[in-house]
Amino acid sequence: MNEQPAVEGFTRDEMMTVAAARALRDDARCFVGIGRPSTAANLARRTHSPNLVLVYESGTIGAKPGRLPLSIGDGVLAETADTVVSVPEIFNYWLQPGRIDVGFLGAAQIDRYANINTTVIGADYTDPKVRLPGAGGAPEIAASCGEVIVIVPQSRRTFVDRVDFVTSVGFGAGPGDRQRLGLRGRGPTLVITDLGMLRPDPDTCELTLTQLHPGVGVEQAVAATGWPLKVAADLTTTDEPTPQELATLRQLLNP
Amino acid sequence: MAEISSLADAVADLVHDGDSVALEGFTHLIPTAAGQEIIRQGRRDLTLIRMTPDVVYDQLIGAGCAKKLIFSWAGNPGVGSLHRFRDAVQRGWPRPLEIEEHSHAGMANRYVAGAAGLPFAVLRGYVGTDLVDRTPTIAPITCPFTGEVLTAVPALNPDVGIVHAQRADRHGNVQIWGITGVHKEVVLASARSLVTVEEIVDELTPRPGAVVLPGWAVTRVAEVPGGAHPSYAMDYSDRANDYYQQWDEISRDRDTFTRWLDEHVLATAGTDATYGGAE
Repeated sequence: MNEQPAVEGFTRDEMMTVAAARALRDDARCFVGIGRPSTAANLARRTHSPNLVLVYESGTIGAKPGRLPLSIGDGVLAETADTVVSVPEIFNYWLQPGRIDVGFLGAAQIDRYANINTTVIGADYTDPKVRLPGAGGAPEIAASCGEVIVIVPQSRRTFVDRVDFVTSVGFGAGPGDRQRLGLRGRGPTLVITDLGMLRPDPDTCELTLTQLHPGVGVEQAVAATGWPLKVAADLTTTDEPTPQELATLRQLLNP
Repeated sequence: MAEISSLADAVADLVHDGDSVALEGFTHLIPTAAGQEIIRQGRRDLTLIRMTPDVVYDQLIGAGCAKKLIFSWAGNPGVGSLHRFRDAVQRGWPRPLEIEEHSHAGMANRYVAGAAGLPFAVLRGYVGTDLVDRTPTIAPITCPFTGEVLTAVPALNPDVGIVHAQRADRHGNVQIWGITGVHKEVVLASARSLVTVEEIVDELTPRPGAVVLPGWAVTRVAEVPGGAHPSYAMDYSDRANDYYQQWDEISRDRDTFTRWLDEHVLATAGTDATYGGAE
């Protein structure tokens, strides 16, 4: 976790979470993983998106936790949900047919076409450098949600030219691949990092720097990316976290 | 009717060397005490199956009980990696661990097919991922009605399915509520099943939304209060989040782990309500 202040008053990690929360519009149905996605989604529900529908893969639909859940199966999710369904049901009836608007994913590696690896680091699957936890719900979340938002701190180790293992498909090898593979959702539309935001180029699908957080320079983002990062012509700057956003986030993390 | 017995007898009778065993629980109602009893009885060459192998699977793997793991997400939830699992995969300690990995959707559907008595399940999944090449139990299938190409995964029918639940009556009827995960599916998919429960009561009071497994669909029930620790049983216990944190330290080093295993699992009779507390 990067606790180095980006500018006076907030950390890069806080900026990343606030930016992710802002990306969730009210009334959206959001499939949430634990960690940063859950923090951001719960922040959104407490600020600008009170009607955000939180769906966790443990089968809790419409959870309204009064505190940050510590696991995807935290009792507070079941107690506050509109309904609790079985794990086969959450994947088969709710995720698979496209009922979820936004899938919110993290990554151990992400590449220029926004493919995600959470399986192994190293070229040899049978003799990995690092064995990671694996797929979980991510491949089908990436395939079937209306769109996918990725939240992950930016570094050369994480932002690689090609992932060592495609656990979840972003844009495959480039334009047209999602359609060819029959994936129904639009795929990753936004990658939020501690430095800024990347979006897929509408023509090439390549992740492009479109926004920087306050106090971050283009060269920093380029240096933290393992491929020659393209920069949008209309590069914008993220609004600083408001006092209310910061206070709510800190209260969530340190109740 | 399900037979009611002690946990030790249930494991001795139902779980044999070389069996495929699924101890399920999606962060809730994880049958930790049963897993530790399997370690205590020294079972070997097990094919362990679970969507979310976490701390108790790390213990089983580190204790050398497993030759293979079929899974979809192996981690310490909210904390990080499973060090015993990683040591087994990366360095073959204490023995090499064969793996067969899926996604959650795939695993859930494999249990559904198993429970339904079908040879395979169909889903939209895996397409375009490297899992397709690495996992032989993922295959394309063409819909005979529309011609659409989908994905097939084979049924999971474990030799033994083990879950924890809130309560059972004296006939072995089991009642489960809260996050029920794949509890019903794994019990119905398995050749033999064991349900550990917080308590055995004279009569099951109906609860809205609860899953009820009739006693005739369950092989064995054992009363094991606190048997899901460090996970929880809704309305009976809270999740011991500290345990998961401490596990990261205990499991990181082979010697520390081995000492912990000796002291908290092997040297205990399995009657301590803390079931291998991490402290």
